[in-house]
Amino acid sequence: MAAGEYDVAVVGGGLVGAATSWGLAREGLRVALLDEGDRAVRASRGNFALVWVQSKGLGLAAYAGWTIRSSDAWGGFADLLKQETGLDVCFQRPGGFHLCLSEKEFEARADALHRLHGQPGIVAYKTEMLDRSRLSRMLPDIGPEVVGASYCPLDGHVNSLRLFRTLHTAIAARGVTYLPSHRVETIVKQGGEFRLATAQGEIRAGKVALAAGNANMQLAPMVGLEAPMRPERGQIVVTERLRPFLHYPVVTLRQTDEGTVMVGDSKEESTDPAGLTLGVSATEVERAVRQFPLLANVNVVRTWSAIRVMTQDGFPIYDESESHPGAFVLCCHSGVTLCANHALTVAPMIARGALDKSLVAPFSARRFHVQAAG
Amino acid sequence: MFKRLGSTGTEVMLKVDGKPVRARSGDTVAAALLAAGIDHCRTTPVTGAPRAPYCLMGVCFDCLVTIDGVGSRQGCLVPVREGMAVETQLGRREAGR
Repeated sequence: MAAGEYDVAVVGGGLVGAATSWGLAREGLRVALLDEGDRAVRASRGNFALVWVQSKGLGLAAYAGWTIRSSDAWGGFADLLKQETGLDVCFQRPGGFHLCLSEKEFEARADALHRLHGQPGIVAYKTEMLDRSRLSRMLPDIGPEVVGASYCPLDGHVNSLRLFRTLHTAIAARGVTYLPSHRVETIVKQGGEFRLATAQGEIRAGKVALAAGNANMQLAPMVGLEAPMRPERGQIVVTERLRPFLHYPVVTLRQTDEGTVMVGDSKEESTDPAGLTLGVSATEVERAVRQFPLLANVNVVRTWSAIRVMTQDGFPIYDESESHPGAFVLCCHSGVTLCANHALTVAPMIARGALDKSLVAPFSARRFHVQAAG
Repeated sequence: MFKRLGSTGTEVMLKVDGKPVRARSGDTVAAALLAAGIDHCRTTPVTGAPRAPYCLMGVCFDCLVTIDGVGSRQGCLVPVREGMAVETQLGRREAGR
């Protein structure tokens, strides 16, 4: 396909960009997906793979509803991907836990949920505080220090590496033109189309959707948008494969469909993806062993750190440009959880050429400007 | 399959899956298993394929066994000791051991 024949150029080949490209291709658009090369800082290969609802939305009630919409759509989304690719992304939704290792943590957790669910306009959904006796019926291997947990039946998880591969298989099958090593340097709108400059030449398209993670910060202003980001580093520890013992994801720990246990929820203000620190990993693992003492002798086979895509307030950004009509920006931390929304809800809006304000108005970056809001 | 070239060291008795096995001091667990004619020491977590010690230098992880109750030890890196209890590992490891 020659340059200029694309209806839309999606910038960023991670989970957000791939899901959006798939959704755009389903709407019949000719899509170019521009990606960086092998050395890209790729959050999609570093994430924890939760499809998570509980705790989401404290400070922005609409985020809870947006998250539940994706969580509810996830099962059907996984089925669609399987029909198209034959690949199973191992989506499971047994409900998930947030464990508390002291009465103080339990009270703080209950208080946070009380504030979350007491916000005006928040969608009603169930998150329960379970005491130790109720909890140990569902999680028999918890350690003696665990006093209780919050449980939300909407929580789940997925095999996110397989999700990434499946999306790329699905977009190839739908005729999306995947362009690796096409790091976008500049974007201009000229003669009614967007021109994206890369070291490999210029790509032209009628619309542009920015899904480049933290790099949206640099790209968005080129098309009259903004994406104020605050990247954050997380570290993950992975064990050898174990016989299944944990049938529910815990926010800091989960057993994958392949048997490994992933541990980690650390947060550091850093943009260096190479930074692994023993202190952080050790703290994560120490808490994991207090939660599940049977992990004490298990071997660790991998550790890594990765950079989270994070907006300045942690909530997603979906915007369309007023100065450059046809330009859209998508930023979010939860590229796994919100994957179904990006594929099934946001992509069709971009295909139509306008965001549906009834769904995504709360996520405009205008919220960062007190003077402009409202 | 394997024959000892000479009898170095002194005799050490291990238990492998509860059965007595004769080894020599200075043997690694992996070498002792091979010398005793035990043709696999574990099965893989996913397909259950049998595995035997292979590289004997700590690289391949095919010699994983449970030693004195601790799972997934590399048999080629652990010297035998009198009375050591070795268990072959079938499939995925049990957490808690």
